[in-house]
Amino acid sequence: MTISPVLKRQRRKVSFSVYLLLTVLGLFYLFPIIWVFLSSFKGYIELFEYPPKFLPKSFYPINYIESFVKGDWVRYFTNTFLVTAVSTLICVVISEMGGYAFAKYNFKGRNFLFILFISTLMLPLEVLMIPIFIVIKKVGMYDSLWGLIIPSAATPFGIFLIRQFYLSIPNEYIDSARIDGAHEWQIFLRIMVPLGKSIMACLAIFSALWRWNDYLWPLLVIRNDNNYTLQLALANFSGQYNIQWQTIIAMMVLSMLPLLIIFLFFQKQIVDGMAMSGLKG
Amino acid sequence: MKKKISIYPTEQKVFPYLLILPNFLIFTIFIIIPFCYGIVMSFTNWKGIGAINFTGIENYIRIFSDSEYWDSIFRTLKYALIYLPIAIIVPLFFATQLVKKIRFRGIYRTLFFWPSMISPIVIGISFRFIFGNSTGCINYLVQILGFSKLNLMTSNAGAIFVLILASVWCGTGGTMIIFMSGLENISTVYYEAAEIDGATSRKKFFYITLPLLKPTMFLVFITGIITVFKTFALTMQLTQGGPGDATKYVVQNIYDTAFSKAQLGYACTQSLILTLIIATFTVFQFKINKGGAINDN
Repeated sequence: MTISPVLKRQRRKVSFSVYLLLTVLGLFYLFPIIWVFLSSFKGYIELFEYPPKFLPKSFYPINYIESFVKGDWVRYFTNTFLVTAVSTLICVVISEMGGYAFAKYNFKGRNFLFILFISTLMLPLEVLMIPIFIVIKKVGMYDSLWGLIIPSAATPFGIFLIRQFYLSIPNEYIDSARIDGAHEWQIFLRIMVPLGKSIMACLAIFSALWRWNDYLWPLLVIRNDNNYTLQLALANFSGQYNIQWQTIIAMMVLSMLPLLIIFLFFQKQIVDGMAMSGLKG
Repeated sequence: MKKKISIYPTEQKVFPYLLILPNFLIFTIFIIIPFCYGIVMSFTNWKGIGAINFTGIENYIRIFSDSEYWDSIFRTLKYALIYLPIAIIVPLFFATQLVKKIRFRGIYRTLFFWPSMISPIVIGISFRFIFGNSTGCINYLVQILGFSKLNLMTSNAGAIFVLILASVWCGTGGTMIIFMSGLENISTVYYEAAEIDGATSRKKFFYITLPLLKPTMFLVFITGIITVFKTFALTMQLTQGGPGDATKYVVQNIYDTAFSKAQLGYACTQSLILTLIIATFTVFQFKINKGGAINDN
């Protein structure tokens, strides 16, 4: 994001009290993450000790080790990783195809189809969950990871994001390639796909984020705990009467840590993608 | 496209259809067919197993007098009414500060944005842990300060308070970014003119920034309402809809009708009403953002 000159000049006007307020609130925002992180190293007795201590007695990751040894968490991580990776790959490929077609071709029914695709935003999973549940059962995807991967790979957001990008690419690229005798698929694969690398990366980050954090799809589709994703496992195991807090907290930390790190590396893509689409997480 | 330059005209006609085919198939099978199927099922009393009996408009008559359903809708609206002002003012404040080139801008942005990266399930469990009656460190802090122990999670107001705290915490990042891009689109000419006239920064905010930010504000408001109506995962984890039904919002009510009470047909009717509500807001959203505002699932 660029800073306008006037706003830049206002820098001096930010007073100490604003810095203080931002810092205090920033610490408030950070506190839950830090508290959960520190708690993940505490033993059962330490967790419920009164008065509670901020720092754990030791940073030996006993909760992590015990969770992986005693529980099936390796499987849940593998499932989540598989679903996230495959679904994101499919999402990027088909959105790239669709978005490019909507931006650069003038085919019959284009506007109708585009409006149809974008209108599906009005039908979020929350309102379609019951009939989708029935359809998933009918097509034989119930209780399988494919039921998580395939339906969620097509998103109006992906098509929209890619289309916006290719609208900004001049048609001359295509025209001159056609004059040189290039096939349509050659233009797409050899010229357009390489041009769109950055926007595809942006979409991949969003898709991965959504799939990794998703709860409603797994809740509807998955039954057997062999197919649990992380979020489903965390949700189900923390709802039990006898909650294994040490395990839950440690696994929560492992499930959110990758995302917090991803944000540090891909801030620009995430922020720009959100700003551009008006999307709210 | 003005003229067609191609030595492969048929290819040029067929290729775009091939490109949109995969998306088309997935949208048709997993959104359009379920939507139509949902409409059909809303006229039945199907229980999830057994024969499907059409009952005409019985479900629609029933929903009119279904106080449990309407209560959950009004509860959702009430929640939106408390949540939205906070969910707009807090990010707006951060955005107006972070849009200036202040020191440590990147660090502040990261701190306020990080919670948006965390899943509702993890947020729900974490806040339950932190604010819980027996597990919470907040109770301890409150007692240090000389107050009596708060039983936040077992009182109605307390549970709603924690829920709003959690949703503001994780909603700030996205809204802040949208406000920041809105603020950056305001032409600097206005501020320059105001400065020449000697306007204070407070005046500039209320007479220039706020009026020009209106479209962004409206967009944030609409997406906020849609988010509130879709609330499900967070409350499932944080409060399970409780205590009592205090935080049982409309999606959870539909989920319970379908899967706890095994009334899938009637749940489809309930979903359709919710679809109408969400669709109305989405149309508004399109109008403001010219088809640009996109929300996943």
